[in-house]
Amino acid sequence: MNPTIEFLYIIASVLFVMGLRGLGHPESARRGVILAEFGMAFAVAGTLLHPHIVTYKWIAIAAVIGSGIGIAMSALIPMTKMPERIALSHAFGGLAAALVGVVEFYNHSHHLDHIKAGAISFEVLFGGLTFTGSLIAFGKLQGIVPGRNITYKFQNQSNIAVFLLTVAMMVTVTMDPSQSVIFYLMLFVSFALGVLLVIPIGGADMPVVIALLNSYAGLAASATGFALGNNVLIIAGALDGASGFVLSVVMSKAMNRSFTNVLFGAFGQPDESTAVAADSSGREVREASVGDAAMLLSGATKVIVVPGYGMAVAQAQHAVRELGEKLEENGVQVSYCIHPVAGRMPGHMNVLLAEANVPYDQLFELDEINDQFAQADVALVVGANDTVNPAAKTNQSSPIFGMPVANCDLAGACIVLKRSMNAGFAGIENELFTSENTVMTFGDAKDTLESIIENLV
Amino acid sequence: MTPELFFGLYVFLLAGFVGYGVIGNVPPLLHTPLMAFTNAISGISLVGSIVIAGAEYNNFSTILGFIAVLAATINVVGGFLITDRMLKMFKKKPGAES
Repeated sequence: MNPTIEFLYIIASVLFVMGLRGLGHPESARRGVILAEFGMAFAVAGTLLHPHIVTYKWIAIAAVIGSGIGIAMSALIPMTKMPERIALSHAFGGLAAALVGVVEFYNHSHHLDHIKAGAISFEVLFGGLTFTGSLIAFGKLQGIVPGRNITYKFQNQSNIAVFLLTVAMMVTVTMDPSQSVIFYLMLFVSFALGVLLVIPIGGADMPVVIALLNSYAGLAASATGFALGNNVLIIAGALDGASGFVLSVVMSKAMNRSFTNVLFGAFGQPDESTAVAADSSGREVREASVGDAAMLLSGATKVIVVPGYGMAVAQAQHAVRELGEKLEENGVQVSYCIHPVAGRMPGHMNVLLAEANVPYDQLFELDEINDQFAQADVALVVGANDTVNPAAKTNQSSPIFGMPVANCDLAGACIVLKRSMNAGFAGIENELFTSENTVMTFGDAKDTLESIIENLV
Repeated sequence: MTPELFFGLYVFLLAGFVGYGVIGNVPPLLHTPLMAFTNAISGISLVGSIVIAGAEYNNFSTILGFIAVLAATINVVGGFLITDRMLKMFKKKPGAES
């Protein structure tokens, strides 16, 4: 144990924690990032002193290329593509951990003790499944892989079988570290497991999956720390794992699912959800022209905007901000209600609206603003569906019953901007759309909003 | 090496609790930057991969180490930059008090 290296690692660990603390408030967040950047610099500097390193050639080349790709990706990627980028970087994290594990095993398989072998197996298993799982998530978000939930017979059973197989392989390698064939087989099975776990997941469950993969990437890094006896790896991995865990819990609460249901149930969307028949066949949707919508909005004194994934798809965030500003100039009070699972990753709507220059003190969490709908004159729903479905509050037989939803039905009037009358992700009829207070304006959210702005008095 | 394992478990569990406490304080407003940020921190696998890429154990190790350093560097550099790019966008209403 080299005291200089260990000392640098301790500083790095402290800086990581302080950096994360900075993210507690938007004002201190950027300072937090700088602290963590210094932390990473100390950790890397310490590692470069490692006595095993005989040449810096490959490290330098890889670091230069990697930095180039990293800089390009972060500068060029549009904010609407953020879920894709996050998924992709989970994949890189998993890959790096898995590769380190493979090398450790390859070089030391004949003199590994049980604990090291176990840690390496865990690392390779989680790294491998994070790698392929994140690639599939990326593919689904990009539309390369069909975004709908892909299901087949005995899906859960076969997934559990594959999972048990990997656990059995992990135990075997731990008990007898010389079983190298089983170790490499395990790597491939973990790749397969990642694909199998994510392929059944449909678009709206993506926030949960992305949060979980975040957690797995962290656990894989932590396991690397156990395998190498390196505390900064254990600590940073644990922080990452905790972050993914916290986000998964937040997401599961927002969908009214228990955490176990998210861990196992998210993998395999309940099929019966589509079977719930519509009971509102006699009710009519009332359509409003952009002129009607503009009139409703200009007559209001308090408007709450409820964005959903449709806003991201239509890239309508700038039009939303423009409308909000115009209304405020006319003395209308405008605020935004952000549902925790709106969009495709935790915090998706906040980032898009912040990009469009909506001040963050106008963005409210669902809990903060939900009792204000009754005082609002207009609730403007932009591309949201399941997160505004009142059936979650009233209809016990609804698959989303119990999920917290925005109280758009309590507002004086509700304007819903939607592409078409298609059901939302969960395939459920939305009573809000046929309610007496609601008018619907169909079309691309961005175009509709721009025409509404032109029609404002 | 059982003492080493228990030492590691202490570190892991305590860090996990610290992380849980600290991250519980991050407002949902910043959940996406948080994910990008922890992505960058998970690039800490650099620490493991750098040694492998530079130790010249054998060609197989060097190649895998090279790829691992590449992947981890993309996460570290890209993760920190994109976090900052996002955080820069979060602004208060001009003229709003405190």
